[in-house]
Amino acid sequence: MSVIEMSGLRKEFTVRVKVGRLRREKRVVTAVDGIDLRVERGEMLGYIGPNGAGKSTTLKMLTGVLMPSAGEARVCGLRPVAERTRLAMRIGVVFGQRSQLWWDLPLRDSFDLLRHVYRVPAGEHATRLARCRDLLDLDEFLDTPVRQLSLGQRMRGELTAALLHSPEVLFLDEPTIGLDVVSKQAVRGFLAELGRAGDTTLVLTTHDLADIERLCHRLVVIDHGRVVHDGSIAALHSRYGSRRMVVAELDAVLSEPPELPGAPLQRVEADGHRLVFALESATVAEVVAGLAGLATLRDISIVEPDIEEVVARLYRAPVEVGGAAVTGAP
Amino acid sequence: MGSVTATVAPPTDSNVTRWFRTFGAIAVSGFRRYATYRQAAVAGVVTNTVFGFLRYYIFLAAAGASGRVAGYDRGQLATYVWVGQGLLAVIAIWGWTELADRIRTGEIAADLLRPVHPVTSYLATDLGRAGFAALSRLVPPVLIGLLLFDVYLPRRWATLPLFVLSVLLAVVACFGCRYLVNATAYWLQDVRGPLILWTLFSGVLAGLYFPLGFLPGWLEALLRYGTPFPSLLQIPLDVLVERHPVPTQVGLVGVQVGWTVALLALCRLVQRRAERRLVVQGG
Repeated sequence: MSVIEMSGLRKEFTVRVKVGRLRREKRVVTAVDGIDLRVERGEMLGYIGPNGAGKSTTLKMLTGVLMPSAGEARVCGLRPVAERTRLAMRIGVVFGQRSQLWWDLPLRDSFDLLRHVYRVPAGEHATRLARCRDLLDLDEFLDTPVRQLSLGQRMRGELTAALLHSPEVLFLDEPTIGLDVVSKQAVRGFLAELGRAGDTTLVLTTHDLADIERLCHRLVVIDHGRVVHDGSIAALHSRYGSRRMVVAELDAVLSEPPELPGAPLQRVEADGHRLVFALESATVAEVVAGLAGLATLRDISIVEPDIEEVVARLYRAPVEVGGAAVTGAP
Repeated sequence: MGSVTATVAPPTDSNVTRWFRTFGAIAVSGFRRYATYRQAAVAGVVTNTVFGFLRYYIFLAAAGASGRVAGYDRGQLATYVWVGQGLLAVIAIWGWTELADRIRTGEIAADLLRPVHPVTSYLATDLGRAGFAALSRLVPPVLIGLLLFDVYLPRRWATLPLFVLSVLLAVVACFGCRYLVNATAYWLQDVRGPLILWTLFSGVLAGLYFPLGFLPGWLEALLRYGTPFPSLLQIPLDVLVERHPVPTQVGLVGVQVGWTVALLALCRLVQRRAERRLVVQGG
């Protein structure tokens, strides 16, 4: 059984829009427009999309905070809204933009309170907390009230708070938002460690694609409330034609652009001294061999495809109607 | 993170004990949270004391030369005022907007993600808060009353336990009212309107501005049975100053029980309705 199942999940909001001086008109906005998705135990799922695509709305419905307008969702076999309190025992949630810790209490007291709220035996609590303290360097601010913590410190506290009851599913809504490089790395490293153990399912929404590249094998892209891609990052690259590039620096300028089978020339830079080829069917060795016969190679480098660029193209592309854009779900 | 995921130990306590343990832990944290704001407590005590003097002398003027009004003598009026000034902060009749603020900002989502019902967890926190207020805000005005005025001290053995129970019920009932006022934020976003109405009505009808005994008997009875307000302040104080015989004292506490149960049930109902239509603000 999948840990998370969604079928035809929809959420509509009614908003009042000002028309004319006094009149207001009701308009229905569809935030999530029929999502079907299954997530298996231990999967690490990256859930991305442009602002307003419906990421947070989906997460709110899955955690039972928001009532779906139509469709069904099951998390750990439970209906999120109807069985919210039972579900709460089995999931952990981190919202990057809001805190679930108690503002006036030191972190240590917050954790202690959570132990009682989630009814975790003292021994287990101590073991888990010790591990988080170690991995996330909590010790220096464990006795500081939450309101005095820096964002990076608070986020490390939030992660710990979400994990102390050993949830089966961890939902992370932009956990690295606003963090500096060091804190980001600490958070990512911690989540990667969690993922390696393999018994926690992780659903991560983010705008920082480095989070996804580092952590998730499966990527779901949504736009206008619909799934527009579901698959690995490699599948996304191949689908949108993003390829590895070979950049060759030559001593001399060639009289005419070289033609290498399986590696079309993309750009000519530096007054003809630098040639950029896309790798299609050819290997790097074949490109090097092909070029060596034409000129003296000064330098060669390989550029990996840039996921940001692919996703930017995906966001700009018009939505294909009828779910035609959805690639094979696992 | 294998070692973090340990197996759950078989439960050794009954669910009821565990529920009380959770409730107690939340209450203790409520006490701690409010105990961090000690200077605010001092400022509150000063204000309560100043207004205590004002209220006492106004009530005394109403009592006139005979020294009696609506069944209270001077000593009873002194007790009514000074204990009442202390109780104001214990029942926290004004100034609680935590729930409304959290609804407005969307922070309420964090409360809904806990395995404890929001009404239960907010109530537990509030009892902890009331506990801290009983130490920091109730004791000083009572001491001032005892030292400076000829206050009425209870003469029946049953009065003190009844008073303690009555205050506890008043705290829970007042929490229920405040929760409902705050919960209008689920529909309105901005609760300033309901809050102003609440402040206005609660002060007059709970017996703060004047004991409700000043009103005609039928009106006092209507307010007592038809609204929760007298259960918040008037009834505990009437119990303490022994305005009525013991059976009536017990009956008044019974009225409080009724209102408390009704208010908590209403809070749960409203919360459930609200969750159906809840829009968690922000991304």
